[in-house]
Amino acid sequence: MHGTRILEEADRLMTVCNSCRYCEGLCAVFPAMEMRRSFSDGDLNYLANLCHSCGACYTDCQFSPPHEFNVNVPQTLAIARNESYAAYAWPRAFSGAFARNGLAISVIAALSVAAFIFGFAAFTDRQVLLGIHTGPGAFYQLMPHNAMAALFGAAFLYAIAALIMGVRAFWRDIGEPVGMKTDAKSLLQAIRDAGELRYLDGGGVGCFNEDDKPTDRRKIYHHLTFYGFALCFAATCVATLYHYLFAREAPYAWWDLPVVLGTLGGIGLLIGPVGLLAEKWKRDPVLVDEARMGMDVAFIAMLFLTGLTGIALLLWRDTAAMGPLLALHLGVVFALFVTMPYGKFVHGIYRFVALVRYARERQMMGHV
Amino acid sequence: MVDLTRKFDVLVIGGGNAALCAAISARRAGASVLVLEGAPKFYRGGNTRHTRNMRCAHDSATDILTGPYTEEEFWNDLLVVTGGQTDEELAKFMIRESKDILGWVVEQGVRWQPSLGGTLSLGRTNSFFLGGGRAMLNALYLTAEKLGVDILYDAEVLDLEIDNGMFLSAALKQGDGRADVRASALVAAAGGFEANIEWLREYWGEAADNFLIRGTPYNRGSILKMLLAKGVQEIGDPTQCHAVAIDARAPKFDGGIITRHDSVVFGIVVNNHAQRFYDEGEDIWPKRYAIWGRLVAAQPDQIAYIIFDSTVVTSFMPTLFPPIAGESIAELAAKLELDPAALEKTVADFNAAVQPGTFDHTILDDCRTEGVTPAKTHWARRIETAPYLAYPVRPGITFTYLGTRVNKQSRMLMKDGKPAANMFAAGEIMAGNVLGKGYAAGIGMTIGSVFGRVAGREAAKNAKN
Repeated sequence: MHGTRILEEADRLMTVCNSCRYCEGLCAVFPAMEMRRSFSDGDLNYLANLCHSCGACYTDCQFSPPHEFNVNVPQTLAIARNESYAAYAWPRAFSGAFARNGLAISVIAALSVAAFIFGFAAFTDRQVLLGIHTGPGAFYQLMPHNAMAALFGAAFLYAIAALIMGVRAFWRDIGEPVGMKTDAKSLLQAIRDAGELRYLDGGGVGCFNEDDKPTDRRKIYHHLTFYGFALCFAATCVATLYHYLFAREAPYAWWDLPVVLGTLGGIGLLIGPVGLLAEKWKRDPVLVDEARMGMDVAFIAMLFLTGLTGIALLLWRDTAAMGPLLALHLGVVFALFVTMPYGKFVHGIYRFVALVRYARERQMMGHV
Repeated sequence: MVDLTRKFDVLVIGGGNAALCAAISARRAGASVLVLEGAPKFYRGGNTRHTRNMRCAHDSATDILTGPYTEEEFWNDLLVVTGGQTDEELAKFMIRESKDILGWVVEQGVRWQPSLGGTLSLGRTNSFFLGGGRAMLNALYLTAEKLGVDILYDAEVLDLEIDNGMFLSAALKQGDGRADVRASALVAAAGGFEANIEWLREYWGEAADNFLIRGTPYNRGSILKMLLAKGVQEIGDPTQCHAVAIDARAPKFDGGIITRHDSVVFGIVVNNHAQRFYDEGEDIWPKRYAIWGRLVAAQPDQIAYIIFDSTVVTSFMPTLFPPIAGESIAELAAKLELDPAALEKTVADFNAAVQPGTFDHTILDDCRTEGVTPAKTHWARRIETAPYLAYPVRPGITFTYLGTRVNKQSRMLMKDGKPAANMFAAGEIMAGNVLGKGYAAGIGMTIGSVFGRVAGREAAKNAKN
């Protein structure tokens, strides 16, 4: 017996799949399944998070609907995966944020942006807010650097702490001892697998999205989004180092490292999310957890807005629009940080952890 | 929309591996091609849907094959499984061609992978389709569509107009009416009649009603029947079919591979009188699994029960349907609706006959019985650890052997021995030429791809002349 109806269904499917095994070469889910003969809740959550939702096993399955065996692994694991995010959320009281995630994220984002605009307006006078500021320290006319660093540092640390608690619960549930150090080899393997989205490729031909023709579009858009986000994050880190180590204050010239990284990342965050959203729109509903589309859309929208407001700030930072744009950008980024543990962002974390576990398992089984 | 008023160069009837290989090969040879698949799109492909590998000769190991499998070895294997019931010239031709097919199907979009978990015994001889048979089919259909092959689903052919070995047209069902589809050449690749219970009943009587069909309900053999009725020479024993023991709880049609049972060698098999009826340990399982369908078909009500105990549960692949369990043999018998006293006696007699030995399921070991009939000649171990477990099994029909006679061009031969003017056959519908009886894993796909490719090429050539 399992904790939820969807885990019951996942168990039924894994029993069907384990007696077939035709999909074994498509991804990591099926080899991991073959290492088991029965499935605990934790095992199923592990398999659900290992699934990259490429859809190949649905298109290739001789038992997918309308067959009476009704085997739909991508959709079942998508629902199980989304339910697992709520189950592992910390603190438990916030797991409800996953229920109507699109709404929750939108409200938090709006409040955050409003707070920054209100805050700027309250703490600086009108002339400063709508004035033209250039040169080093221009941003800090509106909000002192230390205040900015403290606020975002706190938000970021909170997100990290909440994510760690979630991962801890997941790690424990999938049967790994919490205190155990994972070996460097599995970690490196997982970094490689995640970095190249090895399992988002239908076993080599590409993912299935709107029909039975495989394509690499989702993978490409995801790379743009992920590496765009990573570059933006790197830009922030470099800028922080500039500030504290070299006492060089933002804004920086267009050729300077933080701006170059941020611009490239920002472009990725503009194209990637739009592409992902377009693919999501077209995607065959039979493959997705339709009830939780809001969560996916909210996260994609937040990433897009982060990129958009950042680029807008870069383009118009020398004008009177800088103040409002800065408030907008900081508001969006702040909301992105604080909602990280309670939205689609966690998919990357849990999937990575599942990949680490998979690499370990394969090693232990002597496959590598 | 497909224009059915035009005359096609090549008409392919069927939608599985053989049909698609024929369509692609004819199209690549420059012919216009129409494929008529009788099933709806989801069920397209006949038995190919449920396949997973192909047996091809190769002279050295490859990325996915662990070692060489020479033409001679393939030929010897074929001789063994068919007991010599094969057309040597055609069979050797097929085996030679199979070497080239390994690469050819890859060019058509099919992807290989090493043998699946639990099938290590085939790792050297058989190439596995990445994603299974339906993935293979999907790749072939995508390629065919890209090349401009026209494909119709739910396309039921009501009649063939054949004049003295010359195909003229096919009558396609269209709502209440019909459309005559004309073509310069015909490739019949529409499979056997395993899903046609009435036809099976002609040979098996009422027992056929208890058969389960492993593939789709669309393998009704209607094209085969028309061809044989219109002067094409038949080959293969019409009464025979390939049957394995599958779970009795499986659906009537299309249960596919996952309803099979590999546990016979680990226990005993009884009929519904709780009596054993055959040596469960006769030979290594892959060599013997295909006899059990017919053995069960010969039992009362066409049902049998594999009985084993809890010590062997992890010795075979996990099963779709869980075993039925009882804390005692009598309790198990009650659940199976068998006579408890009779089953207790059968198990007790068997247990008493088991001789000491060293169990090893990978070889013909020395664990055997003495003084019980039938004997279990290998892997015999006492059934004595509760819970006691059972799988009910029935005959699962995979394919039939009756077919159309062909030559090396895949061209049908007429009853008078003359080659047909423009009719070719490929796949299960002509498998009986090569495979008079028996089976070796993956050989059905070899027959389909090799003769499909040849038939398409020859049909295209024929159409141009």
